[in-house]
Amino acid sequence: MGGGVRLRGFGWRHAGRRAWAVRGVDLRVDHGERVLLLGPSGAGKSTLLAALAGLLPEDSGEPEGTIEIDGRPAAEARDRVGIVFQDPQSQLVMARSGDDVAFGLENRGVPAEQIWHRVDEALHRVGFPYHRDRPTAALSGGEQQRLALAGVLALRPDLLLLDEPTANLDPAGAALIRAALARAVDADTTLILVEHRVAEALPLVDRVVVLEPGGGVRADGPPDAVFAAHGDALAAEGVWVPGREIPSRRAAGPPGEVLLTAERLGQPPRLAPTDLTVRAGEALAVLGPNGAGKSTLALLLGGLLKPATGRLAASAELAGADSRSAPHRWRAPALTRRIGSVFQNPEHQFVTGTVFDELALGPRRTGASESAVHDRVTDLLSRLRLDRLAAANPYTLSGGEARRLSVATALATAPRLLICDEPTFGQDRRTWRELVDLLGDLRDAGHGLVTVTHDAEFVAALADRTLTLAPPEAGPEQR
Amino acid sequence: MITLEPIAAPDAPLARRNPVAKLAAAMLFAFPLMATLDPVAPAIAIAVELAVLPLFGVHPGLLVRRAWPLLAAAGGILVTLVLFAADRSGRVLLDAGPVVVTSGVLVTALGLVLRLFAVALPGVIVFATTDPTDLADALVQNAKAPARFAIGALAAFRLVPLLGQEWQMITMARRARGVEAGRSPVARLRLFVSTAFTLLVGAIRRGTRLAVAMDARGFDSDVPRTFARRQRFGVADWLLIVGATATAGAALAVSVALGTFRPLIG
Repeated sequence: MGGGVRLRGFGWRHAGRRAWAVRGVDLRVDHGERVLLLGPSGAGKSTLLAALAGLLPEDSGEPEGTIEIDGRPAAEARDRVGIVFQDPQSQLVMARSGDDVAFGLENRGVPAEQIWHRVDEALHRVGFPYHRDRPTAALSGGEQQRLALAGVLALRPDLLLLDEPTANLDPAGAALIRAALARAVDADTTLILVEHRVAEALPLVDRVVVLEPGGGVRADGPPDAVFAAHGDALAAEGVWVPGREIPSRRAAGPPGEVLLTAERLGQPPRLAPTDLTVRAGEALAVLGPNGAGKSTLALLLGGLLKPATGRLAASAELAGADSRSAPHRWRAPALTRRIGSVFQNPEHQFVTGTVFDELALGPRRTGASESAVHDRVTDLLSRLRLDRLAAANPYTLSGGEARRLSVATALATAPRLLICDEPTFGQDRRTWRELVDLLGDLRDAGHGLVTVTHDAEFVAALADRTLTLAPPEAGPEQR
Repeated sequence: MITLEPIAAPDAPLARRNPVAKLAAAMLFAFPLMATLDPVAPAIAIAVELAVLPLFGVHPGLLVRRAWPLLAAAGGILVTLVLFAADRSGRVLLDAGPVVVTSGVLVTALGLVLRLFAVALPGVIVFATTDPTDLADALVQNAKAPARFAIGALAAFRLVPLLGQEWQMITMARRARGVEAGRSPVARLRLFVSTAFTLLVGAIRRGTRLAVAMDARGFDSDVPRTFARRQRFGVADWLLIVGATATAGAALAVSVALGTFRPLIG
């Protein structure tokens, strides 16, 4: 029996940083408890999990206090601890599913004759639906994450750590993981979970611990009691506290003129031919399961991909001088003044070395004067709470900051139409609300907005019309 | 497209041999052939290589598809030598202005092309019949390569196909930002460098996350590793290596006996 955790005045400061990532944490978690670890962005939740997993090398920062698992320092108790991270792609090691589960068992020196029995048992526990020879590359994100969980459970950890295991998954994939966790984690395993979609995590836990950003533990107890006392403050700080109302930002008036018309627009086999109109002053949400071609549609509408079937026509209102050619033929500086695109991964779009230059790039390319550029950038920086970071390198930003910057860069050239691919993916509640307000303002000012999304709350708050793509065999249905 | 997945029937008698044995046999077969410039020894070697294809379970059509870069290189060698060879001895076969094709030129070109195939085909066959996982396992278990290196390389290898998709996404994301090279070669080069930088940053991050995840599952522990998949190295594997070496020696011996042997050095 094990898996008890004891922290006394624990702190960690990453090398080269002035601020402590986490500090002054006193915490005791007993064998078999299930804990949800909460806190605003930057409270040090992931750092604390890494410390518990013994994954903070001594030379990578400065420790304070003690962190123990069953009376041993965490760095020496690593064989008792398992951890599952966010991104399934960068957790899988081997080409075949069974080999991947076996990888950890080999590392721990489990005798070869026991390995395959334990692999099959772990795959069964998480409800893995295929044979163990299934190539890992052929699995969906949710299935890959299930496999990563099996790889950890096969090692029979006393303490299981989960660092936002569903944040990179679509709703169907996230449901798979929650079901696998509910099924696989037994009463002998201590569980510590970081997850900001609280409502979905609550069925898995019996205790909530809230970290204070400045250091220490703010609250600790049963979920109901913690949310009754601290729910409002947590919600204001960006935690998705259950049962909070979400404001509606539907359009006040009817939509304006047509900007884009798609006829049988498609990219087989990724996107079946699709008919669609995009209007000014309207927020259109594109929905559908994984593999239906939503991201491909966003690239086509954004003039970034040459259509394989059908055609995409821009109205004179949107296209100006180029109204006779399709958007994918426009020169890039002209395109970026008319149609802005926000990609799922913000880092793909970063081109310069500072946040300021990043925002100034678009206006400069389209020939704005330096003083106009300065005014525009300063305005965007303050609206998106990025003013403190004007000189920072875009690659050093947190997830929420990088997301806000990528939206802001697309807005900097004031395009008539904005296309966003999963803009709210993995965002905390505060960034989420800011994005909804920003995009709502844009729509109300007469811009067109197309959003590819899995986020039902985002659709409920903002979308004026939805288009649901079906997987390529069937046609799309419009409503 | 060059794919790296095995394309052979996995239960063919030689495909089933230990990957380290196959690799050693391919090297010991190919290296001696580099010692001669004549066309005879490589021709014999190619005949042997094609004769053992069925034993490796490789379909000739698939081999051609996998080896097309070799065909392109062979064509390049022929054209270059026909146009630029200094040694224009032998009978004149074709005299078209500045281009004089002689039998000497053709023999030299043929020798080079045959050597290229004779030396490269064994490698192509080995990789066409070997699963990367099996190769890594065998390197660790039979060749005593460090697991940190072999399994680490295998894990990194799995991420390679992602780089191609990532490159396309970054290029499109830049166009959306108004960044496009157009016709200027300088702008193209700068865009290429900056796209490569973004790709590299992403690859390093993903690699770092993978390394942490691997260590979290005990990859860096001091416990001696066990092997879930046993790679055996038996008499048949030794025979493959000995056979390959002997065949290469025989090809050279035939060349010497026929008087065509032209040593590379001397």
